Amino acid sequence: MVVLDLSENISGPYSTKLLADYGAEVIKIEKPPLGDSSRRAGPFPNDQPDPEKSGLFLFLNTGKKSITLNLESERGPQLFKRLVEGADILVENFRPGVMASLGLDYEALAEINPALIMTSISYFGQWGPYRDWDGSDIIAQAMGGLMGLTGEADREPLKLPHSQAEFQAGLNAAVATLSALYFRDETGEGQHINVSLQEAVASILEGALTMYRYSGFVRGRMGSCHHLLCPSRVMEAKDRFIHVQAGANWDHFSTFLEAPQLMEPRFASILRYHYADEVEALIQPWLEKHDAQEIFATGQEWRIPFAMVLGIDELMGDPQYEARGFFREIDHPLAGRLIYPGAPFRMSETPPEARRAPLLGEHNEEVYIGALGLSKDNLTDLKEHGII
Amino acid sequence: MLSKEKRALAGLRVIDLSQIFAGPYATKLLADMGAEIIRVECAARSGRGGALPRMKPGGAFGASFPDGDTGERSYNRFAYYNEVNRNKYAITLDLAKPLGVEVFRRLVRISDVVVENFTPRVMKNFGLDYPVLRETNPQIIMISLSGYGQDGPYRDYVTYGEGIEAMVGLSQLTAYPDGEPLKPGVAYADATSGLHAAFAILAALRYRRLTGKGQYIDLAMREAVTPILGEAIMDYTMNKRVARPIGNRHPPMAPHGCYRAQGRGEKGGENEKEDAWIAIAVSSDEEWRAFCNVMGDPPWTRDEKFATLSGRLASQEELDRLIGEWTSGYDHIELMNMLQGSGVKAGAVLNIAELAHDPHLKERGFYEELSHPEAGTHRYPGVSWQMSRSPGRLRLPAPCFGEHNRYVFGELLGMSDEEVWRLADEGVSASEPLSYLEA
Repeated sequence: MVVLDLSENISGPYSTKLLADYGAEVIKIEKPPLGDSSRRAGPFPNDQPDPEKSGLFLFLNTGKKSITLNLESERGPQLFKRLVEGADILVENFRPGVMASLGLDYEALAEINPALIMTSISYFGQWGPYRDWDGSDIIAQAMGGLMGLTGEADREPLKLPHSQAEFQAGLNAAVATLSALYFRDETGEGQHINVSLQEAVASILEGALTMYRYSGFVRGRMGSCHHLLCPSRVMEAKDRFIHVQAGANWDHFSTFLEAPQLMEPRFASILRYHYADEVEALIQPWLEKHDAQEIFATGQEWRIPFAMVLGIDELMGDPQYEARGFFREIDHPLAGRLIYPGAPFRMSETPPEARRAPLLGEHNEEVYIGALGLSKDNLTDLKEHGII
Repeated sequence: MLSKEKRALAGLRVIDLSQIFAGPYATKLLADMGAEIIRVECAARSGRGGALPRMKPGGAFGASFPDGDTGERSYNRFAYYNEVNRNKYAITLDLAKPLGVEVFRRLVRISDVVVENFTPRVMKNFGLDYPVLRETNPQIIMISLSGYGQDGPYRDYVTYGEGIEAMVGLSQLTAYPDGEPLKPGVAYADATSGLHAAFAILAALRYRRLTGKGQYIDLAMREAVTPILGEAIMDYTMNKRVARPIGNRHPPMAPHGCYRAQGRGEKGGENEKEDAWIAIAVSSDEEWRAFCNVMGDPPWTRDEKFATLSGRLASQEELDRLIGEWTSGYDHIELMNMLQGSGVKAGAVLNIAELAHDPHLKERGFYEELSHPEAGTHRYPGVSWQMSRSPGRLRLPAPCFGEHNRYVFGELLGMSDEEVWRLADEGVSASEPLSYLEA
């Protein structure tokens, strides 16, 4: 399966990372001379910017090939169309209208390759009143409704860290693309997929939109609390924060916390959230007498779903990740050996591969000469004219 | 269920044992694309709350039911369930009973995928772990979603999505710079795991098409959520730097944040809504100048320190305060239109009501109406993406408890009426969930 990836930054690259890690041949097409903007985003080793050492780029582009191609050059679109002839999938996240301005919209590409699946990702989708508005992750989190639900009620809305709207769009693009592939395998027909970051975010609001339609209820921000479950929040144990949740058996939870007052009938049902302050006040003193790790481990023996509030530095030594070999070391000619987050799921027949990210234009010869049949001289010429 | 419309996943049959959100979110994505999803529920673990007495419980729980009323059969009216389980069928089957297991295996024989999210020992206890299912149907694809995975010291640990958010570092980072760990305002770990699960299923189907082989997928929610913090993890592996919460900031941009807007209604009046905010992200000096222009070029914007990104980054607090003074004089929707009209990236922080009536989403037909026999007619958040040739669509309301017993047992499995009655008689297919007061 050949995937052409014109996308940059996070959304599109995360979708093609999933495809690449699970075996697709992904050819990343980067604009010379700088390439994908995430090459300039960092983090960099010792904070020294280097387009081949950006942590964000290295992580998001594992297992892909990289060629350079300037679609805005005269011969760029022609060369690109030749690549499209042999491709199954094309992913792009330009602003709506850019592909059309290059003569490379879906209609034009479908003429060359009717079975092509083209996946376009943008902040607000390919049509509609906001289509041409510019966006960024925080804008999508705000307009997708996620931000208004996150943070403290009496403070400003809070975005999720590290570009989560971009990741949601990338995940949607990946699932949509494979759905289209399933359809193509059945019917032979390609198609055009539109993913909007705003809609990707609005899709995961956990019943909030339906609660509004059902009863006019406008859910707000609740800090670390859950809107239905009580207790469910981050609380302070003796030494650090812990996530407290009661689980399925309230008696069990009350006994474990040595808090018989919690057995009062008014606390017995899900409706105890009406008394959240009282419930938490009954829990807090016990928590403060015990270390978080002890609560977590012993609580789990009682089948109570406590969880540690971990920092990023605590993930790699964690016994569960370690036992499952989650984090993976990948070598890279310039960035060296680094530990990367591993595969998001395990497949018994098709375990994912841990392959490094490409250097900028590393596969120009392989693709242009090997696959398209250009000569070395052609390649030199293209390079001299700034086309690749 | 015949239709001429083109559905991306037409002909795909998925048995869905999963509950709450992560698994059901995965099958929602497949259902919207046209797969036939058969939810298998039982009286004790219906996954939709049990039978509640009729009441109007108030609060967020009460608001989860149409008009705040649990109705005669609360389990068919729960917003959370009805949103994520549209386009699916539901049958009831008690897998703790041998007859239930036998019927389940007959269903596995005619299905493509089994999705479950019990703790790791449950399917084995039912006698329905992957080796058994593979023997039943060698091409079956089975995916198990669990908190921590099918092996390792935490395999039997119980958790909800909130716990996973804490255990991957997301709660720690979803916080104000000066505040304690919070968490995403929605079940973020569940949705993210569900999306990865849907991808995994489709990848396995592709492999099966090419090789004829089914397989088993072990998805630990914790592992599915960890990669979305890849940037912070790479910083740690490269520099041993531990990410700290930075609130609404984003280092390569300034200003970048969430600013108070005027809110709606008369100032100080009864209808004034103070909780109105605008997100603004300025990524270049050119955008900054455009932003200043929208603000009417007040004198403070001419301060040289604001002219460059590094200057703006160094003076962010002052900058945020000054911008906030300006934004607080305008309605957040008005601000969004003004700023976007001038090429500045801005978005009103839409609350749920505003999101439900957003003109852009309306124009795009994002919300689709469904009539549910027990919950009434409502609009629901629609299909998460658009497809030109095989568009997804909301075809069916969420199933009532046991609604499709007759279709599945009778039509799909070819059971006689006597056999179907026997299932009911022996309590293998219940007609309503057990009463409960724990969610």
